[in-house]
Amino acid sequence: MSGQHALLEARSIGKSFFGIPALDEVDFTLQAGEIHALLGENGAGKSTLIKILTGVYRRDRGTISLEGSEIYPDTVGEAQALGIGTVYQEVNLLENLTVAENLFLGRQPRRLGMIDRRAMRNRSKALLERYGLHIDVDALLSSYSVAIRQIIAIARAVDLSGKVLVLDEPTASLDANEVKGLFTVLRQLREDGVGIVIITHFLDQVYEIADRVTVLRNGRLVGSRAISELPRLDLISMMLGRELQHITRDHQAEPETIDDRGAPSIQFQNYGKKGSVAPFDLDIRPGEVVGIAGLLGSGRSETAFLLFGIDRADSGTATIDGEQVSITSPEAAIANRFGFCPEERKTDGIVGDLSVADNIALALQARRGWMRPISSSAKRELADSFIKSLDIRPADRERPIKFLSGGNQQKAILARWLATDPRLLILDEPTRGIDIGAHAEILKMIERLCSQGMSLVVISSELEELTAVAHRVIVLSDRRHVAELSGHQLTTDGIIRAIAGTGETEAA
Amino acid sequence: MIHARNLPFVTTLAIFVIAYGLCVLQFPNMLSTRVIGNLLTDNAFLGIAAVGMTFVILSGGIDLSVGSVIAFTSVFVAVMVGSFGVHPLTAFLAALVISTLFGCLMGAMIRYLLIPPFVVTLAGMFLARGAAYLVSTQSVPITHEFIDTMLGFYIRFPGGGRLTLLAMVMLVVFAVGIVVASRTRFGANVYAIGGNLQSAELMGVPVGATTIRIYALSGFLSGLAGIVYTLYTSSGYSLATVGVELDAIAAVVIGGTLLTGGVGLIAGTFVGILLQGLIQTYIVFDGTLSSWWTKIVIGILLFVFIVLQRTIIWYSDRRLAVRQLKEV
Repeated sequence: MSGQHALLEARSIGKSFFGIPALDEVDFTLQAGEIHALLGENGAGKSTLIKILTGVYRRDRGTISLEGSEIYPDTVGEAQALGIGTVYQEVNLLENLTVAENLFLGRQPRRLGMIDRRAMRNRSKALLERYGLHIDVDALLSSYSVAIRQIIAIARAVDLSGKVLVLDEPTASLDANEVKGLFTVLRQLREDGVGIVIITHFLDQVYEIADRVTVLRNGRLVGSRAISELPRLDLISMMLGRELQHITRDHQAEPETIDDRGAPSIQFQNYGKKGSVAPFDLDIRPGEVVGIAGLLGSGRSETAFLLFGIDRADSGTATIDGEQVSITSPEAAIANRFGFCPEERKTDGIVGDLSVADNIALALQARRGWMRPISSSAKRELADSFIKSLDIRPADRERPIKFLSGGNQQKAILARWLATDPRLLILDEPTRGIDIGAHAEILKMIERLCSQGMSLVVISSELEELTAVAHRVIVLSDRRHVAELSGHQLTTDGIIRAIAGTGETEAA
Repeated sequence: MIHARNLPFVTTLAIFVIAYGLCVLQFPNMLSTRVIGNLLTDNAFLGIAAVGMTFVILSGGIDLSVGSVIAFTSVFVAVMVGSFGVHPLTAFLAALVISTLFGCLMGAMIRYLLIPPFVVTLAGMFLARGAAYLVSTQSVPITHEFIDTMLGFYIRFPGGGRLTLLAMVMLVVFAVGIVVASRTRFGANVYAIGGNLQSAELMGVPVGATTIRIYALSGFLSGLAGIVYTLYTSSGYSLATVGVELDAIAAVVIGGTLLTGGVGLIAGTFVGILLQGLIQTYIVFDGTLSSWWTKIVIGILLFVFIVLQRTIIWYSDRRLAVRQLKEV
């Protein structure tokens, strides 16, 4: 019966949130006894696809069939009952319950209507022994390490569902040995004919365990290939893509002019934090755009957090104009005239219910302190001048910012920092989720700002964008700065090779 | 085996035993079954309401309507029996149906309108109190031979103490509560929701139905507490039992249940009730202390327990971190 059909087959899946498409015409096919990696950058649509397959979201379009018959899972419970079990990255099991209670929540063995604790304990033990775990199942889940919890979660999901197992970033917080243990379990499940979908950003692990990969980008399917026929370079370019063709800097001519701009004004030496980013050196000259490239989880955003004092560096020094400064909090960073536009614009950037004018005045007000409020006329003036110069639309400073489009929100956040006249502006994914027109405008704005002498650090997963705007690009891999590219080396291919660790471009 | 997070319960139990021992040293009469019988009867309505409150708090919620629902039930029963001549059993049944439905409604609002329990039950508190005034603003005495029979029913302890029907009702409610919390799927779901609502939902716990049942249960038990209170005072009064929900919350917290939900025992609440009763009894025995000393001691106990719970959580988290470091 299931011989002719794929285990799980999704066709032309579409899903929009508030009119913004998150998935468009995505196909996905999973065979029994296959480990299938689902890859893509943040916002590529991986989790949306997973949530549709596992009953968290309802699809707008397309079909999903399990062993040949179409299914419509509306809740997690329904998907579980159909045979699709999921292990989520963080929100996973319940720490306040025992291991056995977690394994059998909702399906406890009962005698005379009462939970049969003895049966539950014995069955839990037997279940976990199949995974090589010999632990006290009556102890609280919180007394075990993340790795063990992960196996418990997998044991529960497989025992409950048994056909399809979906793992969302299962190795994110495991060390090498724990990962090995997990993979042994996964290989055994593959032998048993379970279809496994794994989301991860560790490419090494993809090559170690997966049979097949499917890559998504910006809510669309890029391709699905057998891993054995897919060299690493090709995989990385599938993930990072190359779409932007306009605005390209002539890097051949440039290096000299940059050096002419004089000594670096901001220097980070041996700067790093254990478990976050390995110590790195970074010099930023006035009027320079430094790009930061790397795959998801390579330490891109963590570098930004360190530079802006959100995370505290535990080694190294920061120097501005020859004077040593300590940047231990965003407050200190702002006092040194740094600005930061975070990646998660909606949650970390805008204050949705406040007006555009209030959002723009926020950082300036914060630097002045609450004792010296900005007068409402000064705020109006400030907002109007930026709405005009950045072309924020609609040009209505009193409108709550949540009603603006992504591109205009991003411009308002830029305006917030520009109002403080920063010396260094850090932009984390400045163009994510922004339409093409606003995209180009923001890139132009970056050029204009650095021509005025401001330094910028731009983090982006769009390589074409980085090569277009940056004078230099730092490449990260595995939470380490592995290469620095400038001049003629600064090409998308160069970055991809540096990420893959195969190029001769490390010298810089 | 004692889990670290059940330590507050064990501590409460120890404090109760020690406190009772000290009381007995000073007033040997406090050991008598008479005192114990009275303690149980005097706190019967509070204990019943506190069982419902324990379920609510275990699920990470709060129910502020308890005191008002008790008052409403007592006035409702008194007026039904006293003014309309309805048989007490019929009045009890009607009161329980009303209070349970009221709880259902609050639970549904919390779940489906995503309004915080604090706000919904605050509104419920005003509503029930207002409804009590609507029924009667006077204290309504209640006399009925069936009620007299009920009040006349007790088991005599050796030593002259009496286990009244009211105390028995409370003990049965606690016993059933303990079984429901620890031995049924509903109970497991309550702990799951209190532990982490999102995880519970992703693990397939029927969050909606469970939330409604939790508040329905609290409503039902508030109604039952109201009936017991009516029997206890032989009257219904709409101004009575103001703030009883706070006494119930205090008993739950002193009993070792985490206010953030997910951790705690119904048995702990029982000890919490006994401890509150013990303080009151001590003050009566002493005779020179004012009754507000009860509040002060309970206030101090609450502080101590909240700090204790924090410390235990910190300690167990740190121990876990150390263990994981060693594994690496």
